[in-house]
Amino acid sequence: MADYTLETEEGRREALRRMLTIREFDSTAGDYFADGEIPGFVHLYIGEEAVGVGACAALEPDDYIASTHRGHGHCIAKGLDPQLMMAELFGKQDGYCNGKGGSMHIADVDAGMLGANGIVGAGPPLATGAALSIDYDDREQVAVGFLGDGAVAQGQVHEAINLAATWDLPAVFVVENNRYGEGTPVEEQHNVDDLSDTAGAYDIPGVTVDGMDVTAVAEAVEEARKRARSGDGPTIVEAETYRYRGHYEGDEQPYRDEDEIEKWKEQDPIDRFSDLLIDRGELTEEELEEMRSEIEAEIEEAIEYAQDAPLPDPSEAYEDMFAEMPPEIERFASQARADGGSLGGDRR
Amino acid sequence: MTAQAEIERAEETETMTVREAIRMALREELQRDEDVYLMGEDVGKFGGVLEVTGGLWEEFGDERVRDTPISEAGFIGAATGAAATGTRPVAELMFSDFMGVSMEQIMNQMAKMRYMFGGKTGMPVTVRTTEGGGMGAASQHSGTVHAWIAHFPGLKAVAPGTAAAAKGLTKAAVRSNDPVFVFENKMIYEQQGEVPTDEEFTVPLGEAAVEREGEDVTVVATQRLVGESLQTADSLSDDVSVEVIDVRSLYPLDTETIADSVRKTGRLVVADESPLSYGVHAEIVSRVQEEAFFSLDAPIQRIGTPDTHMPFSPPLEQEVLPDGDDVREAIELIT
Repeated sequence: MADYTLETEEGRREALRRMLTIREFDSTAGDYFADGEIPGFVHLYIGEEAVGVGACAALEPDDYIASTHRGHGHCIAKGLDPQLMMAELFGKQDGYCNGKGGSMHIADVDAGMLGANGIVGAGPPLATGAALSIDYDDREQVAVGFLGDGAVAQGQVHEAINLAATWDLPAVFVVENNRYGEGTPVEEQHNVDDLSDTAGAYDIPGVTVDGMDVTAVAEAVEEARKRARSGDGPTIVEAETYRYRGHYEGDEQPYRDEDEIEKWKEQDPIDRFSDLLIDRGELTEEELEEMRSEIEAEIEEAIEYAQDAPLPDPSEAYEDMFAEMPPEIERFASQARADGGSLGGDRR
Repeated sequence: MTAQAEIERAEETETMTVREAIRMALREELQRDEDVYLMGEDVGKFGGVLEVTGGLWEEFGDERVRDTPISEAGFIGAATGAAATGTRPVAELMFSDFMGVSMEQIMNQMAKMRYMFGGKTGMPVTVRTTEGGGMGAASQHSGTVHAWIAHFPGLKAVAPGTAAAAKGLTKAAVRSNDPVFVFENKMIYEQQGEVPTDEEFTVPLGEAAVEREGEDVTVVATQRLVGESLQTADSLSDDVSVEVIDVRSLYPLDTETIADSVRKTGRLVVADESPLSYGVHAEIVSRVQEEAFFSLDAPIQRIGTPDTHMPFSPPLEQEVLPDGDDVREAIELIT
């Protein structure tokens, strides 16, 4: 049984909760990044919540996903812990990757999350590989490769989908068309109107759905999952969505205007879904506010946890390279430990 | 341990070619572990363009020996994702020159996932590929690129120079939980040697082998140049006593065996087919000068490909391809 499904009232509330959690997590991460507390870059998922949550609502807990640059939403949709995610954003030892990955690489392979990815288009080959393992071992899982509209132009994406299609692997490719590949509009990057049209080249189904509608995404991915499980191979699901924030935080966005953003916000995926649940009598305004407050408190706790968590010891820099540490690295590792973490001068 | 001691310890050996030794290693590992499977272009029914995997498809079938589309980024990426999710793929890159086509998945995914994820994934993938000039295959099918991989953090690289090493290293690569690249010099596929038939015989990653003991000069060689250096050493044996080491593992590199030999002989020739600048030669030389500088009695010599691509026409190819004569000249220069 899935962690949550849009087929039950309880599952729909959980889906809404996860969408709200993503938005709160990312807007908070944006604030702390602006304040200089989070190093590196962050790429926020705000506006696209219906895609990650809709897709993961159609999956079983042990299904795999491979993510993109914009991975926080996928992590939360898949059920990762916001505290450990935030600790990772802060570069702390207790983060998902012990502070070695950061925002662009949050991963938990045991939880089926094969990593956010700093390379555009690199996730689909990994999803194809996970689907290969599943197929090879006759397991009852699928692997979903998320990719952005920009990644559809990448060669390795074509190769990954072609391989999955040729071998009828249990894979699903979810294209998040958020209208911009970094700063370039989708129309300037592709000649087809619907990015799902590329499915024809692999003789697999391609569907384009309203990516601001969590139900539409879930239904399409559920159908794709069934097809994948029945041995008929992958499907391309294009979800038309919109990135409210810049490509990265701090992006001045000379490529678009505020009117366009406001127009898309009228279709806000969280408002649409919560309105739907309220209209159906499954949720009251008060319950929604209560849910928002709980999530705000939860993310506030995640921030406190991340701030209080210890930084990694410098000697950790030498860990995790290999299953078996070679002498080339061992000599540095042993020196770092002997120095109590400070390397300097003669490292031998 | 010297290579001779390894062979003597083995209870039974058979004479076979490097190609047969690799095939034996793959067959044994396929039989031993159901998680292991082969994938690559024409590795199945065709048996591999250089015939290394011949017969394995007939023996193990479509699931275990898988033909891929001509799609290096796709199947090397898939091997990476598969290795992270519970199976143990062995991928063949037909010619190492095609490495670039799949380099994104090698560099940014295969090499980095374990580290970036804080150790929360294994990466038990093996990539076998062919290297080397000598068959008139021209620049895009004759490259020797192992320094790229040996240089790149997160990847292990081996390059056997004998049939026994070819079997033992291939098996160690398949059994390793780390990504290991096996660089097979295609000009030694027909080279014969004694190979232990024990199914548990492996050559641990990071151990070089003294193939020939000597007193006056150490030749540290890889791949085809191991055999050529051994022949050269024999031909010079009346005048100079040459120790020949097969490096076998490029990363990790067995600094100790190499440095110990130089401490004994005081002289070093490094022979590796890759281009001379910024590569395997430089790494070996650096480690020797770090570890055994005061033992050196003469300048270290390097034998490799001048910084050219491998040309097509036979006289051009022979001009740039390093061989035993180059090793001989280097030895004569410093003894």
